[in-house]
Amino acid sequence: MSQAPERILIKGNEAIVRGALDAGCRCYFGYPITPQNEIPEAFSSMLPEQGGSFVQAESELAAVNMLLGAAACGIPAMTSSSSCGIALMQETISYMAGSCVPGVIVNMMRGGPGLGDIGPSQSDYFQAVKGGGNGDHRNFVLAPATAQECYDMMFSAFALAFKYRNPVMVLGDAIVGQMKEPVRCVPPKHALTPEQLMQQGEDWRLEGYDRHAVPEPRVLRSLLLKEGQLAAHNRSLHEKYSAMRQEAAAEQVFCDDASLVVVAFGSIARIAHSAVRHLRQAGHKVGLFRPTTLYPFPEEALRALISSGKRRFLVIEQNLGQMVEDVRLAIDGQAPVSWHGILPDLYVGAETLRAPILEALEGGKHV
Amino acid sequence: MSAYMDVIMAGFGGQGVLLMGNVLANCAMERGLEVTYIPVYGAEMRGGTANCTVVIDSEPIGSPIVHSPRSTVILNQPSLEKFQPRLAKDGVQIINSSLVDIALVDTKRHSVCIPATDIARELGTVKMTNMVALGAWLKATGILPLKAVQDILHKVAPQHYRKLILANVRALEAGYSHS
Repeated sequence: MSQAPERILIKGNEAIVRGALDAGCRCYFGYPITPQNEIPEAFSSMLPEQGGSFVQAESELAAVNMLLGAAACGIPAMTSSSSCGIALMQETISYMAGSCVPGVIVNMMRGGPGLGDIGPSQSDYFQAVKGGGNGDHRNFVLAPATAQECYDMMFSAFALAFKYRNPVMVLGDAIVGQMKEPVRCVPPKHALTPEQLMQQGEDWRLEGYDRHAVPEPRVLRSLLLKEGQLAAHNRSLHEKYSAMRQEAAAEQVFCDDASLVVVAFGSIARIAHSAVRHLRQAGHKVGLFRPTTLYPFPEEALRALISSGKRRFLVIEQNLGQMVEDVRLAIDGQAPVSWHGILPDLYVGAETLRAPILEALEGGKHV
Repeated sequence: MSAYMDVIMAGFGGQGVLLMGNVLANCAMERGLEVTYIPVYGAEMRGGTANCTVVIDSEPIGSPIVHSPRSTVILNQPSLEKFQPRLAKDGVQIINSSLVDIALVDTKRHSVCIPATDIARELGTVKMTNMVALGAWLKATGILPLKAVQDILHKVAPQHYRKLILANVRALEAGYSHS
């Protein structure tokens, strides 16, 4: 039996890099911003060592447009930034969705709006899930909560990007990015090899037109002016977005007999996990529902919890109320949904969440 | 059974607070435990304040953030003022009495006062204050053996600092045997 590789103690940011490299990422383009600077730092040495390309761009705009270029050539590539930097990239993310090119964008969220601060926050939920760019486009949004998930989810991120030819956003925050944890860098079961990933682009990637070899040049664009062209294109996008729904995923902890289900994602979900576990030990019937994909939102799994008992829901998130809207859409008035928000830059512990969870359990405020 | 322990380590930027947390976290991982390490950072610089939280458990760790820590390592005065009120009721605080006014130490708390900076100076450099304090923390909590932490230095220290390992091993020992 082969020995499992040693665990290494690394930040979520570094786990992102190692996961991306093992998944087959060949290009990284980025511009520095706290709290994700370990991502470009690690890529700058590790990517060239593996024969890939690292470019520190002159701006976020440049970086994301380099990503569009690499992606159009079918190259597994990514960029990363934080909140206000991601805001600058939205135009091109929309272009990528419109031109159907795969790319991975990592957002390690900081406080906002505007430049905000550099502490933890989850206030880019809307930006990531509802899309900051123009037009009818959707991004996959994956939400890791541990350094190990940062590593593992990069495989899903690249696989989904290529399978659906669509941008994929990995949404962490200052806690997920800055926290060190033991990570085992082993590709997840069923992960594509880098070669398999590259093969996915054979039918559409731009390779340089040779009119003697190929009948028609390949064109990737989002400008579709001919009559009916955009309508047909958007119909196919709609079908694609419908198909994407099958990828929705969530983790459920103690949900089976829970009177109250806490819904939380990313760093706040792991803190809520501790709070829920402590409350369980004290005999309280509470559970945790943690979406690991924020788009598509795992609404069917959440809805399935309503029918299996009389229960209420509490959304906890580090913002002024964003994911709670998707939870309410999923629950559709069939059960009480309350909300507890945490302000940016506050490092909350599990003890801090005990009171709001107990209050909701007892049918407290329904915000 | 869960072997849970958490610690907030705090001091001036430059005192090696984050290194201390990293050494401890790496050692816990080597011993097969689960561990999280998180630095609380701002626009930090030498002379500013820095702190980090390390959580050690035999089970997967939920929250890496702790409001009322079971232990603290306090290297300077502002850190005492900030974290003493948050220390858990039965928690223990390791206090660097070289830089902290011990008149402000709450006598109702379990405190280990150790002149870590003075001890480090006698051993050669005040830069080893952190390892002296970590030694005292290891003695007070008994979570990890001193030897395991001393050994991990060989793994954690970058090549160009290898020559300092022996001095740091001694600093850990001095802090451990002082208390």
